[in-house]
Amino acid sequence: MLENRRFVIIGFFAVVGLIYLARLFYLQVLDESYSIVSSSNSIKRVIEIPFRGQIYDRYGKLIVYNTPVYDLLVTPNKARVPDTLRFCRVLGIERRDFDSLMAAASAYSRKKPSLFLRQLSKEDFASIQDIMVDYSGFQFAKSSLRTYTAQTLANTLGYVSEITKGQLEKQEEPYYRQSDYIGQSGIEKIYENELRGKRGTKFVMQNVSGVYKGPWKGGELDTMAVAGANLYSGIDLEVQQYADSLMANKVGSVVAIEPSTGQILSMVSAPTYDPNILASRFFSKNYTALVRNPYKPLFNRPVMASYRPGSTFKLIQALVALQEGVVTPGTGFSHANCPVGCHNHPATSTVALGVTHSCNPYFYHLFRRVMYNNNISNTFKASAAGLEDWHARVSKFGIGQQLGIDLPSERKGNLPDKKYYDKIYGENAWKFSNIYSISIGEGEILITPLKMANVAAIIANKGYFYTPHVIHGVGDSKKLDPIYRTRHESGVSSQHFAPVIEGMIGAVEAGTAKNARIQGITVAGKTGTSQNRKGDDHSIFIGFAPAENPKIAIAVFVENAGFGGSAAAPIAGLIMDKYLTRQVSNKAMEKRMKEMNLMSKVVLTDQQRAMLKPDTTKKKTPVITNPAKR
Amino acid sequence: MKEIPEGKPITKNVDWVVVLIYIACLGIGWVNIYAAVYNPEADTSMFDLSNNAGKQLMWIGTTVILITCILVIDYKFYETFSFIIYAIIIVLLVVVLFAGSNINGSRSWIKFGAFSLQPAEFSKLAISLAIAKYLSDPAISLNRKLKDYYPILGIIALPALLILLSNETGSMLVFASFAIVLYREGMPGFIPAIGMIAAALLIITLLFVKWYIAGVIIVIAGLVIWLMPVMTRRRGGLWATILIAGVMIGIVFGVDFFMNNVLQKHQRGRIMVLLDPDSDPRGDGWNVIQSKIAIGSGGLTGKGFLEGTQTKFDFVPEQSTDFIFCTVGEEHGFIGTLVVVTLFILLISRLVILAERQRSRFARVYGYCVAGIIFFHFLVNVGMTIGLMPVIGIPLPFFSYGGSSLWSFSILLFIFLKIDAQRPFTLSRG
Repeated sequence: MLENRRFVIIGFFAVVGLIYLARLFYLQVLDESYSIVSSSNSIKRVIEIPFRGQIYDRYGKLIVYNTPVYDLLVTPNKARVPDTLRFCRVLGIERRDFDSLMAAASAYSRKKPSLFLRQLSKEDFASIQDIMVDYSGFQFAKSSLRTYTAQTLANTLGYVSEITKGQLEKQEEPYYRQSDYIGQSGIEKIYENELRGKRGTKFVMQNVSGVYKGPWKGGELDTMAVAGANLYSGIDLEVQQYADSLMANKVGSVVAIEPSTGQILSMVSAPTYDPNILASRFFSKNYTALVRNPYKPLFNRPVMASYRPGSTFKLIQALVALQEGVVTPGTGFSHANCPVGCHNHPATSTVALGVTHSCNPYFYHLFRRVMYNNNISNTFKASAAGLEDWHARVSKFGIGQQLGIDLPSERKGNLPDKKYYDKIYGENAWKFSNIYSISIGEGEILITPLKMANVAAIIANKGYFYTPHVIHGVGDSKKLDPIYRTRHESGVSSQHFAPVIEGMIGAVEAGTAKNARIQGITVAGKTGTSQNRKGDDHSIFIGFAPAENPKIAIAVFVENAGFGGSAAAPIAGLIMDKYLTRQVSNKAMEKRMKEMNLMSKVVLTDQQRAMLKPDTTKKKTPVITNPAKR
Repeated sequence: MKEIPEGKPITKNVDWVVVLIYIACLGIGWVNIYAAVYNPEADTSMFDLSNNAGKQLMWIGTTVILITCILVIDYKFYETFSFIIYAIIIVLLVVVLFAGSNINGSRSWIKFGAFSLQPAEFSKLAISLAIAKYLSDPAISLNRKLKDYYPILGIIALPALLILLSNETGSMLVFASFAIVLYREGMPGFIPAIGMIAAALLIITLLFVKWYIAGVIIVIAGLVIWLMPVMTRRRGGLWATILIAGVMIGIVFGVDFFMNNVLQKHQRGRIMVLLDPDSDPRGDGWNVIQSKIAIGSGGLTGKGFLEGTQTKFDFVPEQSTDFIFCTVGEEHGFIGTLVVVTLFILLISRLVILAERQRSRFARVYGYCVAGIIFFHFLVNVGMTIGLMPVIGIPLPFFSYGGSSLWSFSILLFIFLKIDAQRPFTLSRG
């Protein structure tokens, strides 16, 4: 009887075996979820970040490159610091910094290395490397910093910094991770995709504590990092630095363009700063200081600042009028019947003389003809139709729209059209007499220095332009976006440019722009005095040289410097001389311009003025100051 | 009784099915221990004594010597000296309480240099021999006399108490496996049935509201009484049913007391994560979750030898000892686990068949003890890695790394094989 119980027992064993096999079949074969969890907790993807591309000037001189730096990492549970004081002294940090850095690292993970000090230079690294052997649990990780050969072009080049939380969330495809670096402005931002290169991906195995355990599958799925593409710019570094020196202690812009290609030769945004300070581990401190600076050094004036063009706009007016046929080169206008005043100058019996003497009544009458160049008897309707026609023609010079330069945040400026005035005055409730101030570049017209440099280039080219661009070649093959190789027409026939250029040469030879003269080179130029409600007028000059075969077109804007001839014209002349002859003949003028200080004329709000007061808060010494000397 | 005749070596009579399964288990186990501790950065050989695989090989070598000794020693020795062996183990268990080394919180190890031995592992052998010896008396009947149980309880309780004192609860639970042999020898079926029902009720109670369960039990009891033939009901069936239902409801309401007052905190935690591993994924649930991930990620055919990532990188704890089954599952997939489970079921079934053909009651009882112990280890160890049993730290026989467990299981098994080999020459006594 009891022998039969063996069947119960064996049956029980068999049932347990079958239950277990069923369970195993479910876990291993039917349920897929476990294999996914498995690879995510033991296989880690490690991203290798390549060097960013370098940037060169038009002669192959290096402008931006990468310096290897060292991040100091700490693994809290392995860290042994027997004498904290010496350790702090070596690293140049204070005891409380040490404690807070340690606490932050421990809070992240006690077993994994985390950042302790960022971006130690090679020199700092060399000097502390030997001492660090006394302290376990610390390691160095190689990284790189953007480095600038010259303290110039800060806003044009832009800066690179840690990706912000907003950028991280907004990215369309998840490329960046937290604490990754990304180009934040300027060229660094526009060419981010080219500069950043191709990241390498390595799959590594790690144990439960996140400790590295070798490549996964022998590294067969890994990809190599590829360095970013180098960028070749049209910048003339020497001229750029010279222009910087002339713009010292002034607020304003210089934009110089090679007319035949549209390449930017020089681009100054004054006041500026040393780009290296935003590429150091003191980024946040320095950045805050720049943001708080009332003169707004981070504001990229050549493409972002809007001004009234003043008399420089008369060049466009003359060209439009000639193209429309409402004037001929020989047309003269007198000062009579004109609400705008003028200064004493010889009679303006031709377009060229009108330009040379920058005669306000001349352009009042000229613009009036442009406006009423139709057979509509109602002056309101005639003005509206005339303005529409005019707007279309002026737009072709790039006024009132983005040119499409390879820099971020380019402003459109403003070119008023019918709709614009309808909004202000009501439909058919305005006419020429309401808007005549735009005839001389005042009123509602707003331009940027870049646009006026481009206008100079159009005149130099007698009718066409290439979209201005800083970078003319990407990568070893020096690729250039076709939009920068496309010729844009201004809509004004080339023969109409002769009288205007003649007038511009006259202005430099004997008119308002005399200060722009260069010995031995014919310069064509036009000054402008941009009225502004808050303080002294802005000084403007646009022009090109040599007039017969233009190599450089330029626009100079100096805020609150008064007449165009006082500051903008001489600075433009000096820069063009430097570019064309590699030297400067007018040393006296150079000295005067370098010494000119207009900062006190800049109108600041009370709040901005308060920021100017010397910082009384305690100055912090840099974290590392060559410990070898101690 | 005769000695083996000249020229008839033990190799002719030993059960080769069991021996082959045993060799297969050792081989597969050793390879998986190597895989479990394999570090791709420090590529050590399987024979390197610095890793567990190398050490295990050494243990296997010593085990071969042990087995030879067991097979050479006269088979009557084990029966004759059963109680003596039992006494020696008891003494060792006492000694270890005072002089043992503390490993992982349990003071149950005796250390010899780099190797350590755990007397508790050998208590299974001692109890098996002692119970077999005691039951070899044909006058003892487990289905009639209650007093015949007392010596058995004593034999089990004494080492159990000593092991409990040394904080090695897992080894003690293995003694539940003796229920199988007692059942075979005449223990009424309702006793293991009650045990299983109690365990089932414990789990159900933790999952559902107590009053609902009590209600369901009352309804079922009512149905049983209602369907019961009138004669049975009159003969006490009514009261028996009411009594059983009452005991069950008592268990349901006693669960809280059992969980809170009898079990220790970590034991309670292990039962709770059995029901819901995600209740404490970083604490008590960690082992179960990681173990299931490791096994589950193996798929049908596994990741391949040495390709497992979960076990060797410490996601699974105790990967070469208690959780060795995870390595099998991860690297060899369902095919691997199917082979291992089949080997175990074949082994214990074969042991039951061998036990049943014994002529002496001593041999049969001992055979059932061996089968029961191996089965219980398999049940709990594999069960915990796949989330069907609470986490109890007992090794998988012949697979897990460790000299003590390998020695004790090998001795346990080969004493039985030795006795079985002498079967043709043994007179039946019971």
